[in-house]
Amino acid sequence: MIRDNAPVILDVRNLSAKVGGAEILRGISLTVRAGEVHAIMGPNGSGKSTFAKALAGHPAYEVTGGEALFEGRNLFEMRADERARAGFFLGFQYPVEIPGVANEQFLRLAYNTVQGARGKDELDPLEFDDFVREKMKFLDMDPRFLERSVNEGFSGGEKKRNEILQMALLEPRLAFLDETDSGLDIDALRIVANGVNRLLTPDNAVVLVTHYQRLLNYIVPDYVHVMERGRIVKTGGRDLALELESRGYDWVGAKAAA
Amino acid sequence: MSTATAPFLEHLLAGQKIVAAEPAAWVNRLRAEALECAHQLALPTTRDEDWRFTDLSPLYRLAFRPAAAAARLDAAALAPFAVPEAAHRLVFVDGHFSAALSTPPAAGSAVAALPLAAALGPHGEVVHARLARIAEFREHAFRAVNTAYLHDGAFVLAPRNHGEAAPLHLLFVATQADATAQPRVLVVAEPGADLTVIEDYVSTHDGAHYTNAVTEIDVGANGRVRHVRLQRESRAAFHTATAAVRLDRDASYHAVSVAVGARISRLDHHVVHAAEGTFCSLDGLALLGGRQLADTHSFVDHAVPNTGGRQLHKTVVADGARAVFNGRVLVRPGAQGTNSAQESRNLLLSDRAQVDTKPQLEIFADDVKCSHGATVGQLEAEELFYLESRGIGGEAARNLLTYGFAAEIVGHIPVPSLVRALRETVLARTGAKE
Repeated sequence: MIRDNAPVILDVRNLSAKVGGAEILRGISLTVRAGEVHAIMGPNGSGKSTFAKALAGHPAYEVTGGEALFEGRNLFEMRADERARAGFFLGFQYPVEIPGVANEQFLRLAYNTVQGARGKDELDPLEFDDFVREKMKFLDMDPRFLERSVNEGFSGGEKKRNEILQMALLEPRLAFLDETDSGLDIDALRIVANGVNRLLTPDNAVVLVTHYQRLLNYIVPDYVHVMERGRIVKTGGRDLALELESRGYDWVGAKAAA
Repeated sequence: MSTATAPFLEHLLAGQKIVAAEPAAWVNRLRAEALECAHQLALPTTRDEDWRFTDLSPLYRLAFRPAAAAARLDAAALAPFAVPEAAHRLVFVDGHFSAALSTPPAAGSAVAALPLAAALGPHGEVVHARLARIAEFREHAFRAVNTAYLHDGAFVLAPRNHGEAAPLHLLFVATQADATAQPRVLVVAEPGADLTVIEDYVSTHDGAHYTNAVTEIDVGANGRVRHVRLQRESRAAFHTATAAVRLDRDASYHAVSVAVGARISRLDHHVVHAAEGTFCSLDGLALLGGRQLADTHSFVDHAVPNTGGRQLHKTVVADGARAVFNGRVLVRPGAQGTNSAQESRNLLLSDRAQVDTKPQLEIFADDVKCSHGATVGQLEAEELFYLESRGIGGEAARNLLTYGFAAEIVGHIPVPSLVRALRETVLARTGAKE
């Protein structure tokens, strides 16, 4: 929902970043206000995932220029864990498997760490168990996923649901969901999308990084941005996504270059 | 024999003459031969290739005597080591069978579990056909010493086609300081039998003692044995051990071996795929701190075609501790169709910690799939970032990942109460928050 007077959550200006010595982001700018849903689309290699990881603070991504303000604070002066505690959430394209660590143990530690940072009460194991099971219902997740190791042996769809479960627990101000739709069949896509929709409020915001417009049938964006070679080359409403679906990306780039 | 090790061996063997003769003449002959070997064979030093990284001289400086007959031990002292899932247990106190503390299956039960000496009567032929034939002692001083003391070991027999759901607990308790024990185990799974055995070494004191164990496991055709081996002795103890396994056609063997105790420990884990269609999995974990050293030498012998093996050995090494792993895999000529995967993963938690890991693949057949890998180092960067992206930073993240690294192996143990107990141990050692 677009409101002109809504507070700015994320303000990225002219961001450049390198990974492995190669410059992937070349002066990208993006402003996200509370209540908004943004979609970033673009061909493979356009820098969508790099943008997400650089904002989240992945150590392999080196910021070489520009700035990013998160609720007025300089994001790049914060460690990755501080960004998360401040309310920035990255939904991973490829959620990491952590053998040996039970999912519930991980979820509880993350939840309590973030709660503690917000000056709110932590939950003991029993309280947390009740709490997380409620959240899992909305995502149609089997409680057995609590006992299993984090993401280990989960199917693609189960991993993505686990990401949205984490988003539900941590209640971020801004969720950057990187290709959350990839690897999902239509039923799983609907469940994950409904999960995200439920979490949207006028006080938070979501950025969907996606290759296809399919997800946007379920989570309706206020803005659609097209990324190419490390920059946003076009911004429009949800109609842009439909146009991209039928015409591909080439015409956008051709126009931008012209 | 080298002069440095002579007094140690002399003390070690001093008690042998008090072991009573058995009614079965073959046992007496076996002991005599083993004693002869023990006197002839040199105890290993770091000059031996197989012991290059494991210096036993702190052990050789000691003059431990064989432990006197079962010291009185209160059953309550064993409460911390209870395994509720185990319907039966045999308890050995300082190497001596304790009838008072044991709960063996009643005579006539499907599975037999009794002291070796008592098994010689009813199961003499089964024992004779296997004892000291799976773990060869003629070239190995420690096995020879153990065999010279043959008397009081544990004998476990699962009969043909019997599936036993409850694990069997073999508990070896060290109660006396400065004493030695020579535990011996023979497990026989007849064709089609299915059995879980927990071999558990513990101490009731913090002092030094020496355990020299030999375990033999024979898995008959289509049989399955799950073997949990726990070495959680005093951190001042010394522990040398062999676990030798023979697999008959289509048999399988799944081992999880955990070493958290002892000042110096060494396990030689041997598996022979003696017939086609066999499979073994060997999981290992050494969790070390202080000045501990744990050495695992595994040897998987693919002697015939179409056998498979999987191995994951992990070590977590803190302070000035040291872990040694040597994973030998032999694919003999003609053993086509062998499928073997070995992985050694090691985590160093301090600058002084040390790991020596060596895969040793000897492949003499061409139609095989054999992989191996070894990593030594720090935590996985991607895992660390994943936790950080959820707000879990710094020490809490590192502790949780260290815990998970070790707990993965613990999670493979097929006995839930042991999984819980060992997770507590891992939590305590890694500082992770519950």
